[in-house]
Amino acid sequence: MKTFRIGGVHPAENKLSAAEPIKVAALPKVAVFPMSQHIGAPAVPAVQKGDKVKVGTRIANPMEKALSAAIYSSVSGTVLKVDTVVDASGYKKPAVYIAVEGDEWEPSIDRTDTLVTLKDKPELTPEAIIDIIKEAGIVGMGGACFPTHVKLMPPPQFKPEWVIINAVECEPYLTADHRLMLEKPDQILVGVALLMKAAKVNKGFIGIEENKPDAIKLLTDKCRAQYPNIEVVPLKTKYPQGGEKQLIDAVVGRQVPAPPALPVSVGAIIQNVGTAYAVYEAVMKNKPLFERIVTVTGKKLKQPSNFLTRMGTPMSQLIDACGGLPEGEAKVIGGGPMMGKALVNIEVPICKGSSGVLIMSDKEARRGEPEPCIRCAKCVSACPMGLEPYLLATCSGKKMWDKVEENDIVSCIECGSCQFTCPSHRPMLDLIRVGKQAAMANIRARQMAAKK
Amino acid sequence: MANKLVVSLSPHVHSGDSVKKNMYWVCIALVPALICSFISFGAGAIITTAISVAACVFFEWFINKFMLKNPKCTVCDGSAVLTGVLLAFNMPSNIQPWIIVVGALFAIGIVKMTFGGLGCNLFNPALAGRAFLLISFPVDMTTWPNPGQGFGSWLDAETGATPLSVMKAAFKSGDASLMDTLPSVKDMLIGNTGGCLGEVCALALLLGLAILLVKKVITWHIPVSILATVVVLSGLLHAANPVYANPVAELLSGGLLLGAIFMATDYVTSPMSSKGQLVYGVAIGVLTVVIRTWGAYPEGMSFAILIMNAFVPLINNKFKPKRFGEVPAKK
Repeated sequence: MKTFRIGGVHPAENKLSAAEPIKVAALPKVAVFPMSQHIGAPAVPAVQKGDKVKVGTRIANPMEKALSAAIYSSVSGTVLKVDTVVDASGYKKPAVYIAVEGDEWEPSIDRTDTLVTLKDKPELTPEAIIDIIKEAGIVGMGGACFPTHVKLMPPPQFKPEWVIINAVECEPYLTADHRLMLEKPDQILVGVALLMKAAKVNKGFIGIEENKPDAIKLLTDKCRAQYPNIEVVPLKTKYPQGGEKQLIDAVVGRQVPAPPALPVSVGAIIQNVGTAYAVYEAVMKNKPLFERIVTVTGKKLKQPSNFLTRMGTPMSQLIDACGGLPEGEAKVIGGGPMMGKALVNIEVPICKGSSGVLIMSDKEARRGEPEPCIRCAKCVSACPMGLEPYLLATCSGKKMWDKVEENDIVSCIECGSCQFTCPSHRPMLDLIRVGKQAAMANIRARQMAAKK
Repeated sequence: MANKLVVSLSPHVHSGDSVKKNMYWVCIALVPALICSFISFGAGAIITTAISVAACVFFEWFINKFMLKNPKCTVCDGSAVLTGVLLAFNMPSNIQPWIIVVGALFAIGIVKMTFGGLGCNLFNPALAGRAFLLISFPVDMTTWPNPGQGFGSWLDAETGATPLSVMKAAFKSGDASLMDTLPSVKDMLIGNTGGCLGEVCALALLLGLAILLVKKVITWHIPVSILATVVVLSGLLHAANPVYANPVAELLSGGLLLGAIFMATDYVTSPMSSKGQLVYGVAIGVLTVVIRTWGAYPEGMSFAILIMNAFVPLINNKFKPKRFGEVPAKK
């Protein structure tokens, strides 16, 4: 079975909510929409205090001439204020607050369950699809939140050969993509076909780890029957297979060169399976991106669940719907346990990239006491980028920025495999992040100086 | 808010591995060899090991507490216990207890703690301790008891030749027929020969290797590259002229297996990348055969490892792991 070639680890899967069908989460009383829900420049609010909005009304425009994305209201009601909110990053960001009144949708949205396929809309051109995706505010839904339309328009020197759908869900605990594949397979496949048409490629792959055999079987059967150009690729379960570079290596056996090279330089465009579903809804159902599947899980949680959640819903409401925060100290993580962010505040709203809310109890959440590095080389074997984490961490700690740059620290994808595997419990990734930031700042400074 | 939230950077989970676990798994992997040694050499094997472990643990505790004034207990990580066991395994079972204590002091005090304790030492402490004793007390360190003298045997054990000294004699005299006096392969496998207390039973050591590999304490690179190099090189020499020992005898005799499996794989003093580990292993293999054949000592394993320990920083600099993106396409 296929997998990526360098490094990797096997964290306990803990997919507690894998058998839980998607439930519709209750509407919040107040929905909060941060303007930075994507990589790039924040969106610009297009509403003011007192404005009436419906479900699917655009409330923020992408910043002009910048990498950015539009934001839509997920609720109907009145704009309370345009203010700031502490988001998952822990920083205050501009945000639009909307008081919820009823549930009135924009009439242009097709709310029926009828499946619309490309055959029903033969007039769609690649440009038209990309335009709708851009207008709908769709970004990568795996967590990185890169605006999708930009990925579909690579620089002219590159020619995409494949669209690879990331349905790996290699983070432990998370099951949002898994449930989506089981419950909306036809819509996903139409979405994949749309992405392939938009990228002008004839071959699509869907990479799924073997710990989701039901999804592999379901999608394989449907592809064989209806979509001969799309191939489901079962992958050996290994973290971080959902990393863009690792997934390309696993599926087509090509390795993207070191940064700043893009995945498309080896011919691949990667899209998350949730993104494919959002593309289907936007293009075929005229529904902009304002809701998503969120896994709410944790060993001490009464009822781990998967919710279809309107954006802007506070995480605390989802946690309450699962039985509430367990007693005692806890760590609440936005995302999965390997790359997710620990939250300082559970009122953080669900955003486009919120794939999960994970609650870890006191003991699980604590880090081990760091001990001296015993040079066991386990981090070197675990690193999926072929780096030397022990060296990068030590040199970062000593502020040897040239040395870490020489040793390719900018290639680090911050997957955490080194720290996960370290028998001495060393905070390797904390240090490496500092070193990576410093090295990148130095590189940018040199580029600026060269331009002058 | 009723709950206190813990905040830290990702990753939020850990494999559960620890220094202690690795050290104790190595100790467990050495137990079969210790049992075999007890069967071959009697109580001396157990007594020597116990003295060595106790001395190493004591010196580490003492130096850490009273000289380095480190409030953290470094004895608890198990590395001093492991050094003690390995040091004992590299001595004859009938050695005087005070010599063991001197060796332990050198291994822990000079080779390990002077450099900063676990993780900072350049040389394998147990091997450096053995080399120190071998040079300081050459007669005591090379007078090996014969196996099978009963479970009570210790200091009073009768001594005799080991396979390596037979090989050396054969080579020196140019008389290949001396090789016929080597113990049989079966005796070498089950430990029915003379030698250091931990090195004689090849089967037990291979069982230890299996444990280490299954528990993922070590990878195959270092032991396999050492053993393969020794077999190939001694095989070529033997084919050219039978006064050189045959490769099977080379493989099963002396400290080769013990060194390749337990000493060269010491985390702290071996290279970090798998490429570097292969280079290191091959170099140890070559040096071992060269020292065994042409050197003054019958055994070359410990010196070969110590010499290569010194090259580890250079190897780490030169042999980096293959970066992602440097790998050619599959097809």
